[in-house]
Amino acid sequence: MTARSILDHVPSGVSLLVWAALWELVGRFGGIDLIPPMSQIALTAIDIVQTEKFVTALAVTAQAFGIGMALAIVVGIPLGVLMGVWRPAERLLDVWVNIFISAPLTALVPALMPLLGIGQTTVVATVFLFAVWVLVIDTRAGIHHVGGSLLDMARLFGGSRTQIFFKVLLPGALPEILTGLRLAVVRGVKGVVIGQIIIALLGFGELFELYLQNFLMEEFWALVFVVFALAFVLVEAVGLVERRFDFYAGSR
Amino acid sequence: MDASTRDACPARDAGHPAGGVADATPIVRVDGVTMRYANGVSALDGIDLDIPRGRLTTLLGPSGCGKTTLLKIIAGLIPPTAGTVAVNDRIVTGPGPDRALVFQDFALLPWATVLRNVAFGLELRGVPRAEREAIAAKYIRDVGLAGFEHQYPNQLSGGMRQRAGLARALAVDADILMMDEPFSAVDEQMRRKLQEDLLSLLQVEKKTVIFVTHSIEEAVYLSDRIVLLSRRPSRVSAIRDTGIAHDQPPDQIRRDRRYLDTVDEIWDTLKQYLQ
Repeated sequence: MTARSILDHVPSGVSLLVWAALWELVGRFGGIDLIPPMSQIALTAIDIVQTEKFVTALAVTAQAFGIGMALAIVVGIPLGVLMGVWRPAERLLDVWVNIFISAPLTALVPALMPLLGIGQTTVVATVFLFAVWVLVIDTRAGIHHVGGSLLDMARLFGGSRTQIFFKVLLPGALPEILTGLRLAVVRGVKGVVIGQIIIALLGFGELFELYLQNFLMEEFWALVFVVFALAFVLVEAVGLVERRFDFYAGSR
Repeated sequence: MDASTRDACPARDAGHPAGGVADATPIVRVDGVTMRYANGVSALDGIDLDIPRGRLTTLLGPSGCGKTTLLKIIAGLIPPTAGTVAVNDRIVTGPGPDRALVFQDFALLPWATVLRNVAFGLELRGVPRAEREAIAAKYIRDVGLAGFEHQYPNQLSGGMRQRAGLARALAVDADILMMDEPFSAVDEQMRRKLQEDLLSLLQVEKKTVIFVTHSIEEAVYLSDRIVLLSRRPSRVSAIRDTGIAHDQPPDQIRRDRRYLDTVDEIWDTLKQYLQ
């Protein structure tokens, strides 16, 4: 095998291992307090996930994320559908959606606190604000992408408005809705952690604060990687569902 | 269109292979149909046209001449700016069970199997599942798709997708089968095969067919009557009955004197629109 073909067969996970090994070396011999060796971080991670503090933090986070995402789905998908099928709604709401999709929403969280209190409600609102807009935009795009000839076809064969909506428009928009959902999960995960960190009294935010205040770098990094891993697994799981519907996304 | 051209149609009926089905009263009557879009573009300019029952009539004209627009107006999918379309003496105000359409881009639901797609027209009409799937299965066999009932459209070739589109249109048992450039998205060899198969299928089904194409050969090969449309804004520029017997073997038609002559004549007429 040539060098090129060997490189082609290297599994993608290898770069992670190389990175971990480099980190280990820097941690052992670099003399930087901020970077403890990877092996110790890994061991600490195993300890941390078993502590009651972590389990409580995870439960609080999952609750805020779950409620925020559920609200985003319940509001975002119907709003996207409405904008997709009814032009006045699209004209009126488009500017709002575009402002919020590009806005640095982190800046809004401190403003939410006096309104909603320094607690779970603010975190739920943060998740919602982070997640909902991309769902609106992708749902609307999905509705728009349903081919004109499919709608003509359904009308031609006598479909009622309700039939056309449920049998053609909604299933036709499903691939984009699922893409929107995956991106909303990505943003929602960011939202929940950012919300918690800004409030600094709740869930992982409280733990991060605790570790940093006491300069517990092993615990800090361990928690960072655990949260990264959880977010990654969650998004991949949604991506798995999304790919199951890929078979017809490309064939319209 | 003048009165003498209009009167020419019943006289030709005697020579038509499906003579028993064809009768003198037109099944579709297009009366002064004009189509102007909101942007001022005029697609159709006062089209008067009778479509004879039980025969295959083709709308032929240069690209962008409004053939498909006229077909969609007859289908009831778009209302004309002026004029009326009557089907069986009833003014068209929207789609109806008497008309089925085969779409240029197939218009199959990508998430549904061939079976569900072919049965979809019946599904929208509320026909119970077992019944509609039995009907669909019959037409899937008739169009030569047996064995592909549970495949999805993206697993089929273009030709097979259009067979499914044709089966769906046949399954609703409409009087009028409209076909909007149905074979233009498939390759030349498949197109010839589909044309031949369509002719043999129509020997059995005895439908009124309104066919839209920009291919002169396709029009002459398939049609009993050809309606030539002029460039936009379109008018009816000529009507030709091909006089070709479509019950002869498919490859005979392409050697038929009338086939070759008609292709030449129509080309002579259409050439003037291609400056």
